[in-house]
Amino acid sequence: MMTDLTNLTVAQIRDGFRAGDFSAREVAEAFNANVAAAKALNAFIVETPEHALAAADQADKDRAAGALKPLSGVPIGMKDLFCTDGVQTTAASHMLEGFTPTYESTVSQKLWDAGAGMLGKLNLDQFAMGSSNETSYFGNVVSPWRRNDGSNAALAPGGSSGGSSAAIAARLCPAATGTDTGGSIRQPAAFTGISGIKPTYGRCSRWGIIAFASSLDQAGPMAQDVRDCAILLENMAGYDPKDSTSLARPVPAWEAGLSSDLKGKKIGVPKEYRVEGLDADVARVWDDGIAWLKDAGAEIVEVSLPHSKYALPAYYIIAPAEASSNLARYDGVRYGLRDLPDGANLQDMYAATRAAGFGPEVKRRIIIGTYVLSAGFYDAYYTQAQKVRTLIAQDFAKAFEACDVILAPTAPSAAFALGENVDDPLKMYLNDVFAVPASLAGLPAMSVPGGLSKDGLPLGLQIIGPAFDEQSVLNTGLALEERAGFTARPDKWW
Amino acid sequence: MLARAPMSVDLTTVKKIASLARLAVSEDEAQALVPELNGILHWVEQLGEVDVTGVEPMTAVIPNTLRLRDDVVTDGNVRDKVLANAPQAEHGFFAVPKVIE
Repeated sequence: MMTDLTNLTVAQIRDGFRAGDFSAREVAEAFNANVAAAKALNAFIVETPEHALAAADQADKDRAAGALKPLSGVPIGMKDLFCTDGVQTTAASHMLEGFTPTYESTVSQKLWDAGAGMLGKLNLDQFAMGSSNETSYFGNVVSPWRRNDGSNAALAPGGSSGGSSAAIAARLCPAATGTDTGGSIRQPAAFTGISGIKPTYGRCSRWGIIAFASSLDQAGPMAQDVRDCAILLENMAGYDPKDSTSLARPVPAWEAGLSSDLKGKKIGVPKEYRVEGLDADVARVWDDGIAWLKDAGAEIVEVSLPHSKYALPAYYIIAPAEASSNLARYDGVRYGLRDLPDGANLQDMYAATRAAGFGPEVKRRIIIGTYVLSAGFYDAYYTQAQKVRTLIAQDFAKAFEACDVILAPTAPSAAFALGENVDDPLKMYLNDVFAVPASLAGLPAMSVPGGLSKDGLPLGLQIIGPAFDEQSVLNTGLALEERAGFTARPDKWW
Repeated sequence: MLARAPMSVDLTTVKKIASLARLAVSEDEAQALVPELNGILHWVEQLGEVDVTGVEPMTAVIPNTLRLRDDVVTDGNVRDKVLANAPQAEHGFFAVPKVIE
């Protein structure tokens, strides 16, 4: 028996397939088998083994014909927020249960055009609203990780891209797509010991991604390591005339540009992130990260992001406001659920449909968003939040005059148990306290594994870069990865 | 500014907002939402501390020029695709309950 193909990275699959070490079909079959055997994780809403096999067979033909594509032979998971032609797309909601798009999102189309195959549609927090994957209509995703204290407590895989993070950590797919509105790629990556990058706002087209908060939503890859993130991102990014906020800039060759030599680079450490009561494990891993980057040749400088503490409250005005507007489209008329009580008129149908189709967290955010946008409150809440957002972006711009990238924790703690935070929305929102500022400023940011907590759970290190400079973010991530030596894996129990 | 905004919502307000959002809520749901919303609103009101004198509200997170395209039809003739996911479609249209004003 050769190497277990499901332990390979995207780069190893790509290169091994090209070298003729194995066929694409063997790879797809191995991952399909892992997916089929992992129902206990509930990472997938829909499994598409036939899609993965068809792409693999095409890749095998292309290899024979000498017509390899960048991702030939690589199967991936697709977050169920990306519309996929002919395959149910739900945003993990009852509202869109059974919705089968007649078109393909730009990002997923680019991945298929690059030769990738789809293993299935990955579970997530409903409409990407959540930090634990507990708001999905299709049930919780369970992290493959467990604490080392012998307890079998089911842990959160993070959210909203919790199906993506759990599936990669459990080797159900070598990589997956995620989306990040306020940390939804980075926090789940941190919770599960994998890597993930949210690029600069506008790098990846939002066309065909079910909208949450349009000024924040951004797609990005999640994978086992930094190189794989670079490979995937190159095949997801690019100008799209169908998204008016898409960046009309060439896509850099991020993989070819990878270098962990940080001589001459300055790393900013934001003093406001070292909050009182910071978790001791999180602080230790952050200090380790600082030492590793010094070792890589970088100079460490303290920077100040004075409005950091206002980022989360600003986010919880802006994101619900945009969500309340975006989710107004679910009216029971054009697609999705319709609930038509006997004798109901049109207005009753709207209200009944939306009551039945949205979960509690989605309703909570729609109501907050509707309130802060309502007559008399708009300036006090929404305009004020957008002004604070300007100040947060200016804080970063000033910090990047003194440093090349910023190093911070990804999340304030390791994974928590499912159920632990569900009764307290504010406590749940605090998970994204370190992730949200970069989202509000539209900046590229990634999480890489930094070490383990005393409970044996992964902790992430976050790198934030200036707009358009994903390369510096990836290179800093690579320098951390080489020194962290993070090889821990969850014991298979599922 | 925030300091002058009302600091709390009551049951009547929650029901009004839910109605504006076209969300049917039961009495129990509405009552449960009152303290939840007040908790969140009280928390976001700390933004009122920030001095925003002379600060413009953000309109575009990454400076980007809105593009114009040629004023030509680039898609269409996909009626059946548009209607494919409709809960109820009749005679090539979306069907809704009778509307009588």
